[in-house]
Amino acid sequence: MQQLIFQSIIEALRAVGRFWLFIHDFLLGLREVRIWASLLPGQMRRVGVNSLPIALFISLFIGIVLALLSRYIFTGSVPMYFVGTLVGKSIMMELGPVLTGLALAGRVGANIAAELGTMRVTEQVDALETLAYDTHSYLVVPRVLAATLMFPVIVTLAIAVGLVSGWLTSITLLELSTQDFIKGLRQFYEFKDIWFGLVKSTSFGAAIAFLGCMKGLTARGGAEGVGLATTQAVVAGAAMILVLDAFWAVLLL
Amino acid sequence: MIVFRDVEKGFSGKEILKGFSLEVRDGETMAIIGYSGTGKSVALKHIVGLLAPFKGEVEVDGEIVHKLDRKGLRALRSKIGYVFQFAALFDSMTVEENIALGLQRQGLPAAKIAERIEESLLLVDLVGTEKRYPIQLSGGMRKRVGIARAIALRPKYILYDEPTTGLDPVTTAMMDLLMVRVKEKLGVTGIAVTHNMKSAFTIADRIAMLYDGKVRQVGTVEEIQKTHDHVVRQFIEGRPEAAAAEAADAGLQ
Ligand SMILES: Nc1ncnc2c1ncn2[C@@H]1O[C@H](COP(=O)(O)OP(=O)(O)OP(=O)(O)O)[C@@H](O)[C@H]1O
Ligand SMILES: [Mg+2]
Repeated sequence: MQQLIFQSIIEALRAVGRFWLFIHDFLLGLREVRIWASLLPGQMRRVGVNSLPIALFISLFIGIVLALLSRYIFTGSVPMYFVGTLVGKSIMMELGPVLTGLALAGRVGANIAAELGTMRVTEQVDALETLAYDTHSYLVVPRVLAATLMFPVIVTLAIAVGLVSGWLTSITLLELSTQDFIKGLRQFYEFKDIWFGLVKSTSFGAAIAFLGCMKGLTARGGAEGVGLATTQAVVAGAAMILVLDAFWAVLLL
Repeated sequence: MIVFRDVEKGFSGKEILKGFSLEVRDGETMAIIGYSGTGKSVALKHIVGLLAPFKGEVEVDGEIVHKLDRKGLRALRSKIGYVFQFAALFDSMTVEENIALGLQRQGLPAAKIAERIEESLLLVDLVGTEKRYPIQLSGGMRKRVGIARAIALRPKYILYDEPTTGLDPVTTAMMDLLMVRVKEKLGVTGIAVTHNMKSAFTIADRIAMLYDGKVRQVGTVEEIQKTHDHVVRQFIEGRPEAAAAEAADAGLQ
């Protein structure tokens, strides 16, 4: 028993060490701008193409549900124009970034882990290194930066779609007027509502891509190892999003 | 000059190299032979710093590989061409992009790169495959692209990890000739891991047999052909009953 605890402590410390080493190599990789700059646009396009459809699909439905939910909550107690407030705030500050982030942990994180994992087990990563390239500046940095830059953009679009679908639901199913919806939306609006969501999504993007790269590059064995790395990347990415979500709430709210 | 000094290496408790020492002189081609799983590929990877020894050291041109910093390692790798056992082509890139990648890293102008690509594909008899992806090639063709990718760099050293395994006899003979030509024309120092004794006798100046984590015997082609060491004899003559006994000895069964 004692030995088991001892071993897990050692293993945990090792994991922390590996994590910092990865960060360290990442920062060194950042310095080779010439290498990653040319790869960045392609990776950004990939993140966008991979994630936009699902992000917009999700927010479309969140908008509808939120509008109906707020009618249910507010009926008989609060003026109906508060529907706009609730839909607006919750999509911008929480549901837009977090649900999109969770979906993209599955999409972008899995994609990166599977790709780099396959490259690892087929020795393509080794081949890259023997050609005098640095794994971090060539593979990791462009992917992490692309996700970090693209996530706020994707989340912004998702928020816009969510607001529109919430508004459409309100005027069709809730018999709320457009003026009332907008009145509610603007009632307690603060600039922070927007940037809070965007700061969060930036950190989600970085975390998902980072974990995807880390899991992928440490894949072992063959197809099974790649599968395992992919699953781990998704699980770790999703968990990280929830942790970061709470972190930002404690720090900024 | 490449020197292995008492290199020890293993994986998760299993010892692979147990005091491996070998000297490869400038200008010669050294063939490394040995049973499957004895650590030939592992030994090669130490030369380019893809693996680091537990004990001992590998020296290339007076520098200890595992002690090099990033810059030093990059400089070392840019003078070594590595032909991977399973080709390790970048599967998201076409044949010509695969070959171009290392040349771009060397900072060659585009015209020069195009020239080198054409030249090296001609050498491996694969002209016309420039725009194809690795997945569209046969295993043997992939292997030859791997050789072309290494040769194109005009390196000082080339490490061939089983360059002809899986090729038909005629192509094998062609690749053997190619390796001899590369050595004579470009003055490349080579290490070739091979199972094919005919190839070894054709391309090598000297042959070393890796057995039980150490060099069992090293000598000129003639010396090896006339050896009295029963282990080496059994291997080069390929006698199955003896081989099976030896394999059992080495813990491979
Ligand atoms: N990265 C690694 N992690 C764990 N074990 C490894 C690793 N690389 C090699 N090994 C193990 O080391 C041993 C030697 O492998 P190596 O690939 O060097 O053999 P080899 O002599 O090249 O054999 P072959 O002729 O079949 O290619 C094998 O048992 C292999 O499983
Ligand atoms: Mg091998």
